Amino acid sequence: MSQKKKPTRRSFLTSGMMAGAAAIVSPVAAAAQEPSSSSADVEVLTTDSCGSDYMVDVIKSLGFEYVCANPGSSFRGMQESIINYGGNRNPEFITNCHEESSVAMAHGYFKAEGKPMAVLAHGTVGLQHASMAIYNAWCDRVPVYIMLGNYVDAAVRRPAEWYHGVQDCAGMVRDYTKWDDQPASLIHFGESAVRAYKIAMTPPMAPVVLVLDATLQESPQDSKTKLPIPRLTMPALPQGEMGAVTELAKLLVAAENPVLVADRLARTPAAMPLLIELAETLQAGVIDQGGRMNYPSLHPLNQTQRAAAAVGEADVVVGLEVADFWATVNSLRDQLHRSTRKVTKPGAKLATITTGDLYIRSNYQDFRRMADVDLAIAADGEATLPALIETVKRLISGDRKRAFQERGMKLAEASRSARERMRQAATYGWDASPLSTARVAAELWAQIKNEDWSLVSNYYSEAGVWPRRLWDFNKGYQWLGHAGGGGIGYGAPSSVGAALANKKHGRFSVSLQTDGDLMYAPGVLWTAAHHRIPLLSVMLNNRGYHQEIMHVQRMCNQRNRGVDRGTMGSTLTDPNIDFAKVAQGMGLHGEGPITDPKDLGPALRRAAAAVKRGEPALVDVVTQAR
Amino acid sequence: MLCTGAAVAAVGAWIGWAGWANLMAQQTAPPPPPGNAKAGQTLFLKIGCYQCHGNEGQGGAAGPRIGRSPMLAFRNFDTYVRAPRGEMPPYTTKVLADKDLADIYAYLGSLPPPPAVDSIPLLKVGP
Repeated sequence: MSQKKKPTRRSFLTSGMMAGAAAIVSPVAAAAQEPSSSSADVEVLTTDSCGSDYMVDVIKSLGFEYVCANPGSSFRGMQESIINYGGNRNPEFITNCHEESSVAMAHGYFKAEGKPMAVLAHGTVGLQHASMAIYNAWCDRVPVYIMLGNYVDAAVRRPAEWYHGVQDCAGMVRDYTKWDDQPASLIHFGESAVRAYKIAMTPPMAPVVLVLDATLQESPQDSKTKLPIPRLTMPALPQGEMGAVTELAKLLVAAENPVLVADRLARTPAAMPLLIELAETLQAGVIDQGGRMNYPSLHPLNQTQRAAAAVGEADVVVGLEVADFWATVNSLRDQLHRSTRKVTKPGAKLATITTGDLYIRSNYQDFRRMADVDLAIAADGEATLPALIETVKRLISGDRKRAFQERGMKLAEASRSARERMRQAATYGWDASPLSTARVAAELWAQIKNEDWSLVSNYYSEAGVWPRRLWDFNKGYQWLGHAGGGGIGYGAPSSVGAALANKKHGRFSVSLQTDGDLMYAPGVLWTAAHHRIPLLSVMLNNRGYHQEIMHVQRMCNQRNRGVDRGTMGSTLTDPNIDFAKVAQGMGLHGEGPITDPKDLGPALRRAAAAVKRGEPALVDVVTQAR
Repeated sequence: MLCTGAAVAAVGAWIGWAGWANLMAQQTAPPPPPGNAKAGQTLFLKIGCYQCHGNEGQGGAAGPRIGRSPMLAFRNFDTYVRAPRGEMPPYTTKVLADKDLADIYAYLGSLPPPPAVDSIPLLKVGP
């Protein structure tokens, strides 16, 4: 590329402003004033180095594999640097049709891969689209690395860029992000980009926002000195204070019936073996609340399918990164007059280990009700487990070991009985149409159980419960938890994001996809097809927002003025949505609607074959409500 | 739109199960009133029973199984539906007549027993 005279930033801005002013005053006159192209002092219109190239250097140093975005002009410089300067590799640009999909894909990707994904969006209209998904990630304590384009300098904005310029980009999501910055220089960007990564990935993890000034992205980078890239050094994680850990170990060893309750405990694959070791050492029951994949579903000490009974019997209840410990040991009755009661037995000792005690914000109430506990350890649960296990082992006497063995046998029998009851329960409505969600879970298990499978998404429904009742979960990536904030629309994009992470590992990704969720932003199906992301989406199509139907039904009953119209306003019928055609229109293999249970197995087999070829596929199953 | 959390739903479901289990333990066996099973099936879907209990009364995350498991005595069934002690919304006689409740009871009683669990290969646990 021939270069004549590189403008300084000041001359670039000045010429930009002058051109803009001339255009407003008189286009004809402005054209007449343009310098001749033959002039020796010709305006420089190209550059081979720009601010966003350095930004890409920094982003690459942080190890991002992908950046999800719906394209937007306020980050056009960054997008060009990613695809040309960066070679569209690490990160690779993933095209989304909605910014909410971008963030939710990053949410699902993290939970499968354990690394954050980057997201690009307009600082105004893009962030507004993305905000609900950011809230979900915040509530789920999942790091998402969000970069927002912004036109800070009003003097260089094109007309449309006034809509894309904002004084305080991150302000609207500051209540549910952990940190943000708007760097004013490239050096500033480098430091803040590395700092943002470090903050996002330090428990309690959460989304962060970095605002990329469009002028900083697009201005020629004429520094002769290579700009430094700050080194990322992750901090040692906060472990429980040893005095408190010893106190907890004493409680556990002395307890007659302790129960360990895990929710977002498993930050890495190392957590599950640690929790197994602690439970087996104590022969204590474990309840996996499912915020992460914490404990094997078929382990004899797993008491998840009889959780209420296990908590009610316990004399020591330990919450390990439990998002809502109050609701673990109390219940709230949703009748006309709400009431609460403890579900633990009198005198039961309650203890928690959670990073939730290290960081809290005021406005949004996701911190839940204050739990009354005997011992609270403000620390990372997974990081604290090794010391707790070691201390427990040191304190166990021979007598206690014998008591533990007896307890373990009783728990194993209780677990086996609970699972047997679940199998029996699945037989009811087995041949029904619409299909029972138990039947769907069993049919799906038959198709995937011999694969290296990963259930990448499911919802707060009976359908989400049935796999955990019937399937053999024993790996960290086989269950990826929930949306966090309960914002609908998470399921489809998060499953595509997790499937993207699973792709390079050769895992078979499967999602239980609800109809109401998919209708928020179905364009993510196209993203899956476009980027060849193999994923088997099995639609649990109950043709409505069933949770809301139940809420309105409750109001109908409480007010005693008719109980037969509770579905009005919450159904997705008339017309029924043909999700197979929707999927086919986006380039997926589509099957359905399945209304006869006998048709489901063959449809799943055909769809699974497409997924094994590397394609996404969708099977629309018309199911009962839950 | 927001939906309630899994933990809340699970606890709520447990309250329903517990209340129902207590009634099962207390029940005697007075004869049920006559009812029309077909009309009961229509009502079961129309007034929202299916929402928590499933179309065949098979139960779910939000409500227990209420069809043939075994059947609750009608007197206890009526008591619970009118003034539930757990999470279930109340159905007063103003919105659900005694005759309609008898029809629903007849529908639940008419449901065929499920297939034996061991006759279903898909319900084998584990890999």
